[in-house]
Amino acid sequence: MKITQKDVEHVALLSRLKLSEEDKDKYTQSLNAILEYMEILNRVDTSSIEPTAHVLPLKNVFREDEAGETLEKELVLANAPDRENGCFRVPRII
Amino acid sequence: MSNSHKYETVIGLEVHVELKTKTKIFCSCPTEFGGEENTHVCPVCLGLPGVLPVLNKRVLEFAIKAGLALDCEIAGFSKFDRKNYFYPDLPKAYQVSQYDLPICKEGRLEIEAEGKKKTIGITRIHMEEDAGKLLHSGTTITSSHYSLADYNRTGVPLIEIVSEPDMRSAQEARAYLEKLKMILEYIDVSDVKMEQGSLRCDANISLRPIGAEEFGTRAEIKNMNSFKALQKAVEYEVERQAEILDEGGSIVQETRSWDEEKGVTVSMRSKEEAHDYRYFPEPDLVPIVVEPAWVEELRNSLPELPDERKGRLVNVLGLSEYDAGIITGSRALAEYFDRIVACYEEPKAVANWINGEFLRLLNAQGLEVTESKIDPEDFAALLRYIADGKISGKIAKEVFAEMFEKGEKPDEIIKRKGLIQISDEGALSAVVEKIVAGNPKSVEDYKAGKEKAIGFLVGQVMKETKGQANPGLVNKLLQERLESL
Repeated sequence: MKITQKDVEHVALLSRLKLSEEDKDKYTQSLNAILEYMEILNRVDTSSIEPTAHVLPLKNVFREDEAGETLEKELVLANAPDRENGCFRVPRII
Repeated sequence: MSNSHKYETVIGLEVHVELKTKTKIFCSCPTEFGGEENTHVCPVCLGLPGVLPVLNKRVLEFAIKAGLALDCEIAGFSKFDRKNYFYPDLPKAYQVSQYDLPICKEGRLEIEAEGKKKTIGITRIHMEEDAGKLLHSGTTITSSHYSLADYNRTGVPLIEIVSEPDMRSAQEARAYLEKLKMILEYIDVSDVKMEQGSLRCDANISLRPIGAEEFGTRAEIKNMNSFKALQKAVEYEVERQAEILDEGGSIVQETRSWDEEKGVTVSMRSKEEAHDYRYFPEPDLVPIVVEPAWVEELRNSLPELPDERKGRLVNVLGLSEYDAGIITGSRALAEYFDRIVACYEEPKAVANWINGEFLRLLNAQGLEVTESKIDPEDFAALLRYIADGKISGKIAKEVFAEMFEKGEKPDEIIKRKGLIQISDEGALSAVVEKIVAGNPKSVEDYKAGKEKAIGFLVGQVMKETKGQANPGLVNKLLQERLESL
């Protein structure tokens, strides 16, 4: 699989990143390099190995259904670029 | 008008259900509905950097219970994934959901639509977090200049129940959703209030020529907030697609929104590219391994489900399918019925009063069963008064209305208002005498062979006794009196 500049533009759009032409070039190359390395990994026979769901050897970490502290409203909105009536004010998005 | 009969309708439903936990899925914020904006939030559900979500065990329990009630296979190994998309109702820019290893899969639900029973397959049930709420500055999103984000709902636990594309009509879709709601209410994992958004439904609808194997292109319909809306939206969408196909056009795969006021579905499509969620395993949450012993424990904790319960009411208590269907339509009503029957073992009489006066008053006042003021024992006592002939059915309705209004005991109401049925021959004979004397015209009519005239006279006696006279006795006394003239 080869990553084209069009793929990079697509991913950048999905990630809401604005890339310069120079960046697009650079990312096309680095993403291809990553995929090429994957190709090497793909040569390993993994047919008898369970897929890894998590890198830590942990399972079943739960909490009980008990209410705790909430954040003070002033702190909640402290980093909001814009606010109105106790809400985050954001551009209209359809 | 199109030839929609040329096509077969194919419907699959995706139902989002808010779980009835005290706290959110990955943090300890309250899930309570309403509340001042942005006060039920914390660093975890706001997605602030450096926080760690931890799964609420009750969410897992409720998801498994739902799976068991829908005959699903419960996954021994399950995990969470991130579903990535930018939208301001999601502060993290991704939703924690489950992708390839959902907690439940391959279930089924039996429905009945237009008199026919049918089994609808359940593809999967997965757990995920709810998004926040956006309040738009204008009346609709398109006329708004900006939106206000309230994150109280962000992180409220949801299960998404995905059906197989097994439904073939709007009626079947509606029956499926109604049955699903009923079961979820029975197992007590959700409030299932469509109007408050704790039960939300999206429909995937496509048409194919009758006899065709392959599915047609589907449209996904959102924003249906009631059973009626679902049915109307499906009916509209089937017509819309049939017209396009008839004209030789093709259906665009897209998301459409049901506009309740106009009764149409409208395209919500903006950028096609938005639907690339790039799921990947959630690194902040570890996998879930469900022990079979726990699954069995949860299976044993399930209450009697609607179909079983209905079967018992029909086969053991002798109710009609219809009556049993209404009573078992809600767990609260079914339990109320059982409590009354426990005090008064005449299930048919109890069913008549529940499906008659009780539901009528409840619906008229827009109340839930649990809000009724009538104690099951009092309900039973009233029915016993009727059976014993102490009050007439007509008076009983009056007493029942008072019980419903004030929660007063029937014997108190009967005593206070002096409503005990008059079955004393002596007392009634005097009234009969008076009515006969006062209505010579009707008496004459009766004697002339107009037997119907006696009905009027009975009515007069009942009126005179404020409805308290035993109607059978009045009839008998009147007849005797008239014959003797």
